[in-house]
Amino acid sequence: MSIVMQGAPPAMRSHDRVSTARLRALGGRAGQVALALAFPAAILTGWHFATAGEAYSLVPPPAEVARAFWDLAFGGINDDAFSQTLLTHVLASVGRVLGGFGLAVLAALPLGLLIGRVPFVRQMLDPTLQLLRPIPVTAWLPLAMILFGIGPRSAFFLVFLGAFYPILVNTVFGVRAVETRLFEAASMLGCKGPAQFARVVLPASLPAIFTGLRLGLGFAWVVIVIGEMTGVQTGLGAIIMEARQLSRTEIVIAGMVAIGALGFISDRLVMLLGRRLLSWSPNHV
Amino acid sequence: MSEPTIPILEMRNVSKTFDFSGQRIQALSGASLTVRKGEFICLIGASGCGKSTLLRIAAGFEQPTSGEALMWGKPIDGPDPSRGMVFQDYGLFPWLTVRGNIGFGLAARGRPKAEIQDTVSRYVDMVGLGKFADAWPHQLSGGMKQRVAIARVLANDAEVVLMDEPFGALDAMTRDRLQDELLELWASTGLTVLFVTHSIEEAVFLSDRVVAMSPGPGRIDSELQLDLPRPRDVASPTFNAIRGDLNQRLHSHHARRAA
Repeated sequence: MSIVMQGAPPAMRSHDRVSTARLRALGGRAGQVALALAFPAAILTGWHFATAGEAYSLVPPPAEVARAFWDLAFGGINDDAFSQTLLTHVLASVGRVLGGFGLAVLAALPLGLLIGRVPFVRQMLDPTLQLLRPIPVTAWLPLAMILFGIGPRSAFFLVFLGAFYPILVNTVFGVRAVETRLFEAASMLGCKGPAQFARVVLPASLPAIFTGLRLGLGFAWVVIVIGEMTGVQTGLGAIIMEARQLSRTEIVIAGMVAIGALGFISDRLVMLLGRRLLSWSPNHV
Repeated sequence: MSEPTIPILEMRNVSKTFDFSGQRIQALSGASLTVRKGEFICLIGASGCGKSTLLRIAAGFEQPTSGEALMWGKPIDGPDPSRGMVFQDYGLFPWLTVRGNIGFGLAARGRPKAEIQDTVSRYVDMVGLGKFADAWPHQLSGGMKQRVAIARVLANDAEVVLMDEPFGALDAMTRDRLQDELLELWASTGLTVLFVTHSIEEAVFLSDRVVAMSPGPGRIDSELQLDLPRPRDVASPTFNAIRGDLNQRLHSHHARRAA
């Protein structure tokens, strides 16, 4: 409940007690949703009229994509190699994203806290990490294939790498932005040295860390598709590449929709978690 | 005036030089100050007179370049809960509620949960923030924030409270109320207070002893013992006479420097 309230703009929150105002606010909410849906509806309509009934259209009409999506998820329409395989591919991709992302969090978070707070660690590691950072994740793909072989492990590694830098950079930024005053306050209250990491550094840089987590997870979804496009049997990236080779454009688009939905859902989950943990922060709603 | 016991705080000929990108700036030159337990002392002077530096040395945030800073006769070698600091900009932890901020020191020092809860509740009530115990700092007014800052050093067993222009950012009415509240706390707890201000009226209203400092380089100029009974009336002739005296002392430095 409180999470939903924090999501509402301040003007709405203050009206909350008056029931008529609440109704108006609800109407406003519905209006907002309607407005947000109008644009995609227009695109779907345009898409439909541009493609439906055309014999040689490169892009299938939306209804056909929807049918392909249904068949991919539940089967019963085409009953071919793609039918009812969505869950397998989703689980494979989600597993790699969560695994690579989780590993990136485990590596980047402590490293970022140390680089941000300990000058020795910063001077030792920061130059190297900054030099490696401009290398795009995609440029790592051939090397990853050499190192880890063609297959899911390369994809896993790429996801890790893609999520690692956004988390690291934002964590370091967050730590360095913590006011000196807070460290002084902590130390005069008896919290000194390494104990400050848990009690001051981490909570104070949490808003920046969450920005890093959201960016990192977004990157993980970008990279997983690239990682799954070569030599991987399962995963959403694999299925859309395979469908392309078989000229099944409706399945290519259905797979894209699935990737978009999963990325959106995972971003929302991180955001909800962030709101919960950052309810203290006035500028993080 | 002989001293039967060791002073709670003692500065012996303390000097402090800062390096600002190669440029050496002397913030404090040969300052000596003795603080006895239970005293309320105000450090006053124009900006650049080193009053905040002296306070930060007493807190343990800075080490003197030469001279000695002692508490109970032992060198101060870093910040310690026995010397609580109250900052002008509060320095509250924004991710902790009022309760969390007041209990921060006790929790950091690993005290049992039940004891922390007890102590925190007591100090929340003492500073009159019962209704706001679970509020975040950003939801509080400046006066409330400063009450939390004072409560958290008291809850943490501070013997000396070091205050760096604590009411400087507050409006006049809130400042008056907090001054009264601080005096009440001081009278009822036997605290020792070292209070930095640039307001002559505030210094005369609050302190047992006013230490006047002057800039260029920062040093202690003179001390003035105040034996006025409390509560003090800022409109009384005696109060005004003392205020005038201090005003003259602080301004004569400017005149001397200009000459």
